[in-house]
Amino acid sequence: MTSQQPTGDMTGLPPENTWRRKDLLNTDTLTHQEVELVLETAEAMREVRGRPMNKVATLRGTTVVTLFYEQSTRTRASFEMAGKALGADVINISASGSSVEKGESLIDTVRTLESIGADLVVMRHPEAGAPYLAARHTSASIINGGDGQHAHPTQALLDLFTMRSHIGDVTGKRVVIVGDIRHSRVARSNAWLLMAQGAEVVLCGPRTLLPRTTPGAHEGSGCEMTTDLDAALKGADVVMALRMQKERQQAGLIPSLREYARGYQLNDERVARAKAGALVMHPGPMNAGVEVTTSVANSAVSVIEEQVTNGVAVRMALLYLMSAGGRR
Amino acid sequence: MSDVVLGHDQLGRTIRRLAHEIVENNRGTEGLVLAGMLTRGYPIARRIAEAIREFEGVDVPVGSVDIALYRDDYQQRETPPRVRPSQMPASLDGATVVLVDDVLFTGRSVRAALDALLDYGRPARVRLAVIVDRGHRELPIRPDFIGKNIPTSANQLVEVRLTEVDGDEGVYLMEPGERHD
Amino acid sequence: MSGRMVIKGGRVIDPANGTDAVLDVLVAEGVVHEIAPDLSSENAEVVDAAGCIVAPGFVDLHTHLREPGFEHKGTIATETAAALRGGFTTVCAMPNTEPPPDSGPVVAALLEQIERDAHVRVYPIGCVSAGRRGKELAAIQELTDAGCVALSDDGNPVGDGQLMRHGLELASAAGLPISEHSDDPALNGGGSINEGRISERLGLHGQPAAAEVSAVARNVALAEATGAHLHIAHISTERAVAIIADAKQRGVPVTCEVTPSHLFLTEDAVFGPGPEPAYDTNARINPPLRTEDDRRALVAGLESGVIDAIATDHAPHALEDKLCEFEHAAPGISCLETALPTVMELVHRGELSMARAVEALTSAPARCFGLDVKTPGTGSISMGASRDVVVFDPAATVTIEPAAFVSKGKNTPLAGMELRGRPVAVVLDGRLMKEATVTG
Repeated sequence: MTSQQPTGDMTGLPPENTWRRKDLLNTDTLTHQEVELVLETAEAMREVRGRPMNKVATLRGTTVVTLFYEQSTRTRASFEMAGKALGADVINISASGSSVEKGESLIDTVRTLESIGADLVVMRHPEAGAPYLAARHTSASIINGGDGQHAHPTQALLDLFTMRSHIGDVTGKRVVIVGDIRHSRVARSNAWLLMAQGAEVVLCGPRTLLPRTTPGAHEGSGCEMTTDLDAALKGADVVMALRMQKERQQAGLIPSLREYARGYQLNDERVARAKAGALVMHPGPMNAGVEVTTSVANSAVSVIEEQVTNGVAVRMALLYLMSAGGRR
Repeated sequence: MSDVVLGHDQLGRTIRRLAHEIVENNRGTEGLVLAGMLTRGYPIARRIAEAIREFEGVDVPVGSVDIALYRDDYQQRETPPRVRPSQMPASLDGATVVLVDDVLFTGRSVRAALDALLDYGRPARVRLAVIVDRGHRELPIRPDFIGKNIPTSANQLVEVRLTEVDGDEGVYLMEPGERHD
Repeated sequence: MSGRMVIKGGRVIDPANGTDAVLDVLVAEGVVHEIAPDLSSENAEVVDAAGCIVAPGFVDLHTHLREPGFEHKGTIATETAAALRGGFTTVCAMPNTEPPPDSGPVVAALLEQIERDAHVRVYPIGCVSAGRRGKELAAIQELTDAGCVALSDDGNPVGDGQLMRHGLELASAAGLPISEHSDDPALNGGGSINEGRISERLGLHGQPAAAEVSAVARNVALAEATGAHLHIAHISTERAVAIIADAKQRGVPVTCEVTPSHLFLTEDAVFGPGPEPAYDTNARINPPLRTEDDRRALVAGLESGVIDAIATDHAPHALEDKLCEFEHAAPGISCLETALPTVMELVHRGELSMARAVEALTSAPARCFGLDVKTPGTGSISMGASRDVVVFDPAATVTIEPAAFVSKGKNTPLAGMELRGRPVAVVLDGRLMKEATVTG
């Protein structure tokens, strides 16, 4: 019955809705339908991960390369797991100890990877926009695994996926992102995606760690920015704490981690200001006892570990969606 | 003009007959699991389960199987086929699984569904139930329970329409390019 | 060749002499001989200038020739050929070369090279500090004697206020202006783009306008304190224009320049025209392209005369300098061959008057660095003195094709754009330069 085309649909997405992008570089230009397709596919992938045999062979013959110019444990491991769970070959390349260190340009590196058979390249790079450059110079699909302070689209998609599975549609929901917003690609990608989804996004942190321009101002929309966490939390459906880098203290942006925690740490008392049952999220890795108290991290409302699990499903979804189109 | 192969009532009777045959073949409902292939096999499996409950008073577990991840044409496709979550009620170890689909044609979807099922455990046996067998097999697969055999030419289209999915009910045989109206 | 030519029927705009009329220009024996209606073309080559503007050869106060030291980006030969192609007959060479011209012998060697290779007049700009390192002053009098027309540490702003003060005092005594890239390096944080909505959207490190504004304010205060001539290089912000306007009002000896890029483009050029960000490294320039408000203030400041001159900050780069990550890309735009059409586009839009546009490309920059004294007739069409004239068609459509640039630098964010304004003839040193002769 392969010629039998389904005419009906159970999800409300038109049957012609499919993935046509070569690359996934950010969340800012994703259409509503693209986001829905990713989330729907991720739902299926999460089910696959729960089976007695939690691996399929769909991407047999597909090669995924993780090209990391920055240290990473969880993002890289998550992509590697996602690729292997779909039957792809996964090759990990780190900038240190490779030709990258010997001065090879990014363009030459991705072209070399393409020549040895990479279909998809997951890239993390300290420079904003580097994946855009790579994407323009290779026919391999590029997935942005984090570029400088710019974007981390797969994190934003897994965060949305996690929110959806707990609180449903995020339209009109109040999502507070707290911490070092200015230097955070997670905050940016989340803000863009959540705003497009109709959520009320509040960015909160010390004045020196807030953006100087509201993310999203480019399109005329914007999100609330505040230094007052207690006020921001009022009526919040989701609270997302970001990782606090110790280097910010050295750069003179905050007096000390202790002072930061005093104003912006998520503790039981603060979380109680949010709506009952509000989700507590963190993209990881957490500094123990800085961004979130251990008590809150371990509480029922915390979905921090679930974010990690969902990360594999969302990345499987993206690898799956991008592999078919990537073989043109 | 599309030909009506089975009307609304005939389709209902066919499904009830399949339910009886399945229970009879299994000598009861012990160890029986229905696995409906998405999109239309699943609602048919649910209707078979309803019928079984009516005449046996037993709830047979019903699961759904999506075959997108097991297709043999993924590499050739320009765009990825949609994947939807499958749902299996329990481990399939030792179960008698009846795979349910609307139309059996080349057999490739059934091959994919068999692979999917085996990821849920090791069933004692797997049977295949279809509303329509239209011939033109490309793989060595044959159904155990058949609603109706319909001889077709390869380029004709057989459409099983279900209220849950399509809003109306019936089985139609159409010429190439024809659409149900 | 008789050496006589008549440029016939063009609109002669010569701001220095207050001329703006349709006139013929006779060039003979290497200089402008006569300017009058309906001159006889007997025994003379005729340049048909009907529908064109006849102006003094353009003067650029801010050109990077790259030689010595960076010949893969550009050479004196290639970049002066690009100048000629763009209608510029006089350029001032910035000192960010290797070695940098911080002493007499280096300048002497540079002048020898210029004598041999240059296609237009080139004046060297010497360093303010030794090695452009901002630690101790360069040999200012020696540089003056060797022929420098101004001093600058170029891309390295003089961070130390005391050093700047002393530099201004010595330069003033030597009769040279200091052309200062006014920026506060600590405050700009190494940003690669204007700090604002585009830097936020692209996740790029931004330079706040305040880094330029505070440095301009400091430098103006030092010019006021020393009475020395300060020239502010390529200003880019609305506030800087206001500070300079105020300084001029109070009689502080300050002049300044703006680039065609900052007059024509904004930070949006980095994002590019599409829905997906381009991270266009060709739109990376220092100081960065700013906001539309800044751009409008710059155009208004140029029109009113607060900003004296248009200077190209022509900065050719090799392909690999731009074909890389945005924040690794070298800042700068190859501008000599696009300056005229970008400025003319502003004139066509009604943002800038033709008279000011011509003045800002000719007599105004000549006066900033005293080039009209050094070589009389520079920046004007003065009978018996001027030797350089450009004839350009302000309405001719040009499509910007970097591959066709004479400059080694193909780095421009204007690639593919259709603009209006093209030089049709350049008279250099009294001789008509044909395009065929300027292929570098």
